[in-house]
Amino acid sequence: MFEFLLRMGDNTLVLGHRVSEWCGHAPVLEEDIALANIALDMIGQTRLWLGLAGEVEGQGRDADALAFRRDAWDFRNLLLVERPNRDFGHTLMRQFLFDLWHHERLSDLCLSEDDRVAGIAAKCVKEADYHLERSKDLIIRLGDGSAESHRKMQDALDALWPYVGEMFSDDTLDIEMNEAGIAPLPSSQRPRFDKALSATLALATLIRPESNFAQMGGRSGTHTEDLGHMLATMQFLQRAYPDARW
Amino acid sequence: MYAQEVKSTGKGIKTHEEMSAEERDFQVRIDAGEKIEPKDWMPDGYRKNLVRQISQHGHSEVVGQLPEGNWITRAPTLERKAILLAKVQDEAGHGLYLYSAAETLGVSRADLIDDLLSGKAKYSSIFNYPTLNWADMGAVGWLVDGAAIVNQVALQRTSYGPYSRAMVRICKEESFHARQGFDIMMKMSSGTAAQKAMAQDALNRLWWPALMMFGPTDADSVHSAQSMAWKIKVMTNDEGRQKFVDQTIPQIEYLGLEVPDSAAKLNPKTGHYEFSDPDWAEFFEVLKGNGPCNVDRLRARNKAHDDGAWFRDGLMAHTKKQQIAAE
Ligand SMILES: [Fe+2]
Ligand SMILES: [Fe+2]
Ligand SMILES: [Fe+2]
Repeated sequence: MFEFLLRMGDNTLVLGHRVSEWCGHAPVLEEDIALANIALDMIGQTRLWLGLAGEVEGQGRDADALAFRRDAWDFRNLLLVERPNRDFGHTLMRQFLFDLWHHERLSDLCLSEDDRVAGIAAKCVKEADYHLERSKDLIIRLGDGSAESHRKMQDALDALWPYVGEMFSDDTLDIEMNEAGIAPLPSSQRPRFDKALSATLALATLIRPESNFAQMGGRSGTHTEDLGHMLATMQFLQRAYPDARW
Repeated sequence: MYAQEVKSTGKGIKTHEEMSAEERDFQVRIDAGEKIEPKDWMPDGYRKNLVRQISQHGHSEVVGQLPEGNWITRAPTLERKAILLAKVQDEAGHGLYLYSAAETLGVSRADLIDDLLSGKAKYSSIFNYPTLNWADMGAVGWLVDGAAIVNQVALQRTSYGPYSRAMVRICKEESFHARQGFDIMMKMSSGTAAQKAMAQDALNRLWWPALMMFGPTDADSVHSAQSMAWKIKVMTNDEGRQKFVDQTIPQIEYLGLEVPDSAAKLNPKTGHYEFSDPDWAEFFEVLKGNGPCNVDRLRARNKAHDDGAWFRDGLMAHTKKQQIAAE
């Protein structure tokens, strides 16, 4: 259960952090504001998931202790969300792929037999719904926009595609969670994801990459090189001044 | 303040006799406390001054995202990160309100932004100073937003309707900005020795630049008389600075920090604090572009703009396609 909650909370923690890196540097003011909104939602969701994770663990760690005092191998997020921002196209495509998965995931978790999980999911799904609508809209407009915006979005999709498969892979923890009625198997979401993905890509005139190769490891703690750098920044104050309260 | 370098015609104020009939009616309305609205007649000088002042104010909000954005990825707790993000997001929103207010005067946001990016337009000198430790996030909210509030509260009474209404909206959000800053300062100054040292360091560095936000001394700001007559400006630079010092020094003492000005003391007769002049030579250097961060701030805004060109163009191309398809 603890690990499962980390998987949920670390996704929003890491993605929220990546999105917050844009603050003040977005292509237009409206996007600065929109990205800050998304990052804020992600941080809020993180506090719920990691807060519950700390409770379940029962070692006296709260959401901040989990966020700021674990090293990379203890993180359980998808590799997708730690991919660097690169350009705005990558950022939007990463968000779209995540939102598409996340919205389905949260919708399923609303039916969890664990009331606490269902409660958090019910709160988060409303935000995820809004994020997904925004993401879809931008992917369609930029995919079917100028030649350059089309190319950028296709490049982003191609580059991020190897990180999609991990969202739908089942491991022993997933099987346990499924049997306990806490969370359905990730693989069960794939058909819905594929269908929604195709619909948006068609409107965006983007082409789904053919390869089914998937980079794996994030959910069990083997990350890309990027996560360590992100944590070095994010955790700096808590690590450098361990006695301080902020 | 957020518009420190507003130059008006500099010809001095006309007497009622020297004014045309239109100018006289206009001045009478202003003196009576009426608001001027976009469609009303207004002197060219009034329009020009307002455009400069409002756009400088807007640019300050936009560039003002950067010093605090510098610490968002290093915020020490999830709650602090959320508060800081929400605060910086507000500043971007303030930029939007102000650009919209400027647009009611017949300029376009795109042109205003071009002037910012080329270095032609100014923004507040304060944002050309760096944020070097976490307590700066406290000091910026407390001192910088605190100083801005002194000015913006007064500007709610400004004569131009859209500007005045933008100030009313902005002031509602600003008190949260100052409070979260002071809250960080409280935590830091009552924390570990290292935290307290950070708090003092932040105060020492930002105190003088905060005083400079109000602009040069009244004796040196020859252009403000006309702006005051038009109620574009509603408080002199020195009045604002005094008000700020009077409210802030007791807060410094409450925090248990040292006032970075050894000459600062309360004058029991006036009830006001006496304090030293900031280094005005430094102030004018910063305005000229020689502050510690002028180059970096403009480079960051230019990069954001240039890197985002394909995004803006892509969205426009899509809209065009939709319009053609609809025809
Ligand atoms: Fe503001
Ligand atoms: Fe501000
Ligand atoms: Fe503010």
